[in-house]
Amino acid sequence: MSASVRLQREPFDAAAEVAALKRGRTDIGAVVTFTGICRGDENGEPIAALTLEHYPEMAEAEIARQVAAAQARWALLGVRVIHRFGRIEPGADIVLVVTASSHRHDAFAAAEFLMDYLKTRAPFWKEVERASGKSWVGAKDADEALAARWSKPGRDEAAE
Amino acid sequence: MYFAWVRERIGKPAEEIEPPAGVVTVADLIGWLSGRSDEYAHAFENPKVIRAAIDRAHVKADALIAGAREIAFFPPMTGG
Repeated sequence: MSASVRLQREPFDAAAEVAALKRGRTDIGAVVTFTGICRGDENGEPIAALTLEHYPEMAEAEIARQVAAAQARWALLGVRVIHRFGRIEPGADIVLVVTASSHRHDAFAAAEFLMDYLKTRAPFWKEVERASGKSWVGAKDADEALAARWSKPGRDEAAE
Repeated sequence: MYFAWVRERIGKPAEEIEPPAGVVTVADLIGWLSGRSDEYAHAFENPKVIRAAIDRAHVKADALIAGAREIAFFPPMTGG
C-alpha cells in the first residue's frame, strides 16, 4: 500500500494528491478526501489567522503510527496525509487526509479514524490571532470522545 | 523540549538537564522541574493537563525516564 505523510508550510492541492494516488491503478474503487479548513471565527469571535506550532520529528512518527494502525484495521490501497504548520488565514486549508480502498466503507472509516486521531494525538497546537491579541486554542472534550470511540475495550490504543 | 504555552511559560524551547537520582518517572520530573523557578511552576501548575512524550512517542505520567534521550512536555494537542 502506498502511504505518505507530509508536514509542510506551503498550501496543498487536494485534487493533485488524489490524482497521484490513483495514477496507473484500476484496483481502487473508492477515494475519500477530507480537508480541514481555517474558519474565520473561534468561539463566535472573528479571528485574523491561526498559527500552528508543531513538534516535527514526533508529528511525523505519530502520524505514521496512526496510518499503520488504520492499515491494520481496514483494507486500504493508499493513504496520504498532509498537515500544514505556520500561519494560516481563514479560508485556507490546514490538513488533508486521503484514503483509498476497493469499497467505500474502508476508505470512509479510515479517513474518519485518522482525523479523530490527528486531532487528539498529533503534536500540533493552534494559536489564534485576533485584533485583541494572541491566545492558544484549548483542546475540546468532544474531540477526545470522538477519538476514544475507536478504541476497543481492553485495548490500549491511547497512551495518555 | 517544551511546546506551545508550556514553552512560553518556561521561556525556552529546549534544554539539557541532569535530574537527580530520585527523579524516576515523568511525574517526578514535572515535580522536580516545578521547583526550579516560578516560570516552571507556572508551566506545570496543573500537571493533569500536561502531556508528555519520550523519544517522540506519547507516554503517561508514570512512565520511567531512565534512558530517555528526548523528553517533551506540551498542552493537549489541537491540530487537525
